[in-house]
Amino acid sequence: MQMKRTLVALATVTAVLGGIAITSVPAMAEEKLIKIDGSSTVFPITEAVAEEFQKARKGAVKVTVGISGTGGGFKKFCRSETDISDASRPILKKEMDACKQAGIEYYELPVAYDALTVMVNPKNDWIKSMTVAELKTIWAPEAQGKITRWSQVNPKWPDAPLKLYGAGADSGTFDYFTEAVVGKSKSSRGDFTASEDDNVLVQGIANDKNALGYFGFAYYAENPDKLKAVAVDGGKGPVMPSAQTVENGTYQPLSRPIFIYVSKKAAAKPEVKEFIEYYLKNAAPLVKEVKYIPLPAKAYTMALGHFQKGKTGTVFGGEAEVGIKIEDLLKREAKL
Amino acid sequence: MEDIRSLIARRKFFDGVFAVVGLLSLLVGLITLLALILDLAVDGVPRLSWQFFTSFPSRFAEQAGILSAWVGTTLVMIVTAATAVPLGVAAGVYLEEYAAKNWMTALIEINIANLAAVPSIVYGLMALGLFVYQFNLGQSILTAGLTLALLILPMVIIATREAIRSIPGAIREASFALGATKWQTVRDHVLPYSTGGILTGVIIALSRAIGETAPLITIGALTFIAFLPHAPVTTEAPYVSFQWLMDPFTVMPIQMFNWVSRPQEAFHLNAAAAGLVLLVMTLIMNGLAIYIRFRFRKRIKW
Repeated sequence: MQMKRTLVALATVTAVLGGIAITSVPAMAEEKLIKIDGSSTVFPITEAVAEEFQKARKGAVKVTVGISGTGGGFKKFCRSETDISDASRPILKKEMDACKQAGIEYYELPVAYDALTVMVNPKNDWIKSMTVAELKTIWAPEAQGKITRWSQVNPKWPDAPLKLYGAGADSGTFDYFTEAVVGKSKSSRGDFTASEDDNVLVQGIANDKNALGYFGFAYYAENPDKLKAVAVDGGKGPVMPSAQTVENGTYQPLSRPIFIYVSKKAAAKPEVKEFIEYYLKNAAPLVKEVKYIPLPAKAYTMALGHFQKGKTGTVFGGEAEVGIKIEDLLKREAKL
Repeated sequence: MEDIRSLIARRKFFDGVFAVVGLLSLLVGLITLLALILDLAVDGVPRLSWQFFTSFPSRFAEQAGILSAWVGTTLVMIVTAATAVPLGVAAGVYLEEYAAKNWMTALIEINIANLAAVPSIVYGLMALGLFVYQFNLGQSILTAGLTLALLILPMVIIATREAIRSIPGAIREASFALGATKWQTVRDHVLPYSTGGILTGVIIALSRAIGETAPLITIGALTFIAFLPHAPVTTEAPYVSFQWLMDPFTVMPIQMFNWVSRPQEAFHLNAAAAGLVLLVMTLIMNGLAIYIRFRFRKRIKW
């Protein structure tokens, strides 16, 4: 009998739960919630800002941050599912079209610089620097199945197998690296270990003497004893990635600006406006803390100015571009 | 005589060989599990503290905690259980007690067995199209709970049927003989006697659902979330609120995944600690399943 009662009670509770669940669906909360999604590269910065902002507002405004990649983030953004989109590359033509069709206008705000870092195993004693041409030989689609030994790239290097690690095809990092090195976005050989999880790449390179890979600077900065960064020669001599070489524009073509995109409609909400202002005013120290390279103070003021004056749109015209120095970025932003 | 002796010796030898092989097979599984737990424990135990359970995620590893993750996991599991149990049990009872035994039923049975083997990400994709966009439920606790409920529904149905099948036909016949209707028989005899088996199956299914990551990532569960859903109990009438069903959420496996993919070593320790907590949650659920089975078996007196 007791068992029966338990079962009946269970069924009743379930029915009530279900019933009320359905009736409560339309009563969506009208409270203050800011939805952010997008690039995993920008995630640490946005997360830091969101954390501090929520502390500062004592929980009056809620902020959620997801990771679905730059491309995935834009898809949601142009469907009005998010207020802000994290992006590790400028918005592309087809994403601009999608947003336009949905009537979404946006502010493009650069928040930091990242240096894509080419990395080898610390036991690798034959490499100090590589030219972009050598990188292209390795990563071009034609190399697939053919360039499999170090000596094929440069005869001075040993006749050892070449093991490659790189970013997954959905990431802005992959888009940018292929554009910068191969010359065409998303054009890459396919026979390498690809992962969206950069730690898989760190582990792979750290355990294999013959490995070569690329990913964001922050992962190198956290694991300097497990990895060795390679200086990249973009035509003006080899340059090591560092905050300094990114700031003075010599680490090219692998340094890149990263952005947040804010929907104009969302920005009309006071809490989103407040969050963006907080973001741009506090970005510099937080960016440094999570091992990215902050923009000069002028860049943040300029972005804030655009935002407050309602200047929407992108300064990149939907083209994949590489080698934009901080200086160039400032000039372009000034013209918006 | 000699022949028989050697024959016996040989048979005994094979007997011994099989015992050793069996033991080794068991050890492979056990040692792997132990190594896993030990590895997690070595990394994770130092991080387990009150603070770890009561803090939101943070960019500082030592301040970060699993509050939003374990609350999210618990709430999603409640929705999952509340949906999958009544649906699954009702379907199982129908198939066993009511459905005519024809090719149609056989087809349904085969399909349910097949559904149990569908990769979880497929459920995620379906939920994204159906719950998130079609029904406009958004990336909410309700969506996640319903998705996982669909995922474990076949398991619940199968467990229910197994449990019902183990009840002797004589019990039903006795009930019918006394003039009870089918529903009365099911309600007063079949269900009570099979509750133990059903609950065991349900809990094992739930402990699979608790570790699922792929379908929840597909529907867009969030990574950084530093607030709790609305409280289910309010101070104003009607005192019960279901607003939490529509709140955004994160769950334990997603929190772990995020920590593992960070560059800082300290976050990997957090992930190990969270893994340990998830493992303990699963162990508790499995322990509960064993206990329930034991209790209900003891009560049955035929």
